[in-house]
Amino acid sequence: MFLRRQLPLMIASIMGITMIIQFFVPHPFSKSVYNTVLDWLMIVAAFTYLIAVQSTVQMHATKIQRKTQDWQFSIIVLGSLGITALIGIFGGAYAPTSLIMKIFPSIQPDADTPLMYFYLYLQAPMQATIFSLLAFYMASAAFRAFRARSFDATMLLITASIVTLGRVPIGQFIYGNMPEVVEWILNYPNMAAQRGILIGVQLGIIATSLKIILGIERRYLGGGQ
Amino acid sequence: MKKTLIASVLLLISLLFVFAQTNEITEVPGDTIGLVENSFAYNGMENITVSDCENDDGTALVINWEKKQENTEFNGTYSLYRVEVETGDEKLVKNLIINETEYTDFDLNRHNTYKYYITAVNKDGVLSTNALYSDEIKPKANWFKKDKSILFLMIFVYTGLIMYFVQAVRRGKTFFLRKIAGLDALDEAVGRATEMGKPILYVPGLSSMSDIATIASLNILGPVAKKVAEYESRIIVPNRDPIVMTVAKEVVKEAYTEAGRPDSYDDNDVFFLTDSQFGFAAAVNGIMVRERPATNLFLGMFWAESLILAETGNTTGAIQIAGTDAVTQLPFFITSCDYTIIGEELYAASAYLSGEPVLMGSIKAQDYLKAFIIACMVLFFLVFIIKGIIGLFSNIDIGIFNGIMNAVRFIFNT
Repeated sequence: MFLRRQLPLMIASIMGITMIIQFFVPHPFSKSVYNTVLDWLMIVAAFTYLIAVQSTVQMHATKIQRKTQDWQFSIIVLGSLGITALIGIFGGAYAPTSLIMKIFPSIQPDADTPLMYFYLYLQAPMQATIFSLLAFYMASAAFRAFRARSFDATMLLITASIVTLGRVPIGQFIYGNMPEVVEWILNYPNMAAQRGILIGVQLGIIATSLKIILGIERRYLGGGQ
Repeated sequence: MKKTLIASVLLLISLLFVFAQTNEITEVPGDTIGLVENSFAYNGMENITVSDCENDDGTALVINWEKKQENTEFNGTYSLYRVEVETGDEKLVKNLIINETEYTDFDLNRHNTYKYYITAVNKDGVLSTNALYSDEIKPKANWFKKDKSILFLMIFVYTGLIMYFVQAVRRGKTFFLRKIAGLDALDEAVGRATEMGKPILYVPGLSSMSDIATIASLNILGPVAKKVAEYESRIIVPNRDPIVMTVAKEVVKEAYTEAGRPDSYDDNDVFFLTDSQFGFAAAVNGIMVRERPATNLFLGMFWAESLILAETGNTTGAIQIAGTDAVTQLPFFITSCDYTIIGEELYAASAYLSGEPVLMGSIKAQDYLKAFIIACMVLFFLVFIIKGIIGLFSNIDIGIFNGIMNAVRFIFNT
């Protein structure tokens, strides 16, 4: 119980108070504490990726073993994971390794590594593809949101139409001051609503942090209070 | 001929001596090389003082000086030089701009002693021999940022408020908490999934554990997982961050144990996907399309992928509850989800779902501080309007309101 509850709570509390004090102390000693904590954080984060790999391999290996639905995709995942790891380890991440240059004499020290090649010509376009879907999703979401079923929805429709028109040249063609109207909508009514939410959010963040530091909030450790 | 040659050589040598004497090149402070004979004695500055920079780590000094009465004949500039006393090294710090009277010199070593001087530079780039020197000084590292005193005080006040309300609850005081539709719908959403025999998808955001929204999300995951365990349903928790995944595993496992069904917990249901933003979005979309969860819960920090996730969930016909403190993503969730937990409601969720009186006390403290800030803003606004437009209360100093508003602004910026 001590290791699962009290110790993590003590660590969270001590580290929380230390970091608050650190924020108010400009002395170099305070900075060195902060940098040390950051270094530790990076080291811990690096090791957690081993857990991530273990989780991925375990999950997909189980799927393949049990022949669950669509288990064939798991072979692709594990295969891609293995190939990428091998390419990274033997080919180098940012500069080609001597091994890869020996095998492929055409690869020069300043050339893209095979891993970077995979990243630039496989992963990046795939990410861009998913991102580009956003345009279509936005259109379908806008269609649903702008149906004038109630007073609120009608207001939303009118405001959105003005903002949309003000952002394209035809808006200025229809009414010369349209961009200024749009700026006013964004800077005043819209910003006021956003700041209202932000004040609540920031206070919530501070309250949650203090609750964790004071040991009042413990649910993030799992289980109840 | 020979005599002439010797005479010429002698003349050349003597000329060289003459030139060597008259044009003796002397290194003057800093980066500028000038001719001493051309130097002039003028400095239009006076009263140079150097003081330690406050609220710093001992790497800065503030240099102040005053300008003498204008010399209309002088059309050069002024330069500020730094001398490291221990080594004697000199360096041009800045070519001064007219009417400038203060400069803060950064990147110093707090173990060294420094002094500064200002000298005039004429239009030919020659330094004046008349330099104005400061006293020697060693930068000091401070132990407290005085400019953040109000913030420090507010943390104490806020902590005190939370402690007071927590104690009040422990003494038996009860507080009212308004209904939050999104959180009330969680029970219904889990029940629906159970009835349909389909899993529940829970995405704890895409941020790391250092984001408070992620912690708030994991606080909600506990009660949700417990409910799922009680109904003997299934929860799928994909993660983008390995640390969040480790904590999420622990939270779900504990929730199953608490519900008395530790055997129902499947470690493979809480898993890591990828740390690539859109790779994660694509993978979660795939899960939604293949597994067809009856309920999708998106709680935590989201960026551009929010609409991709929510719209895909919408097309699968799942009941969707989203919650985030990312103001820019809220419109997308409101459009595509059945319920949206907005901003601070996400942080109140833990108290709301658990019904823990102690946590309720902290929510009350939050509300009172918010009321105080709103009251300050309204008062500031009213006084400002009255003072500016009607001209009443013109003798009222609104400095105190400015101070409070600056503190509030600073807190939010921090």
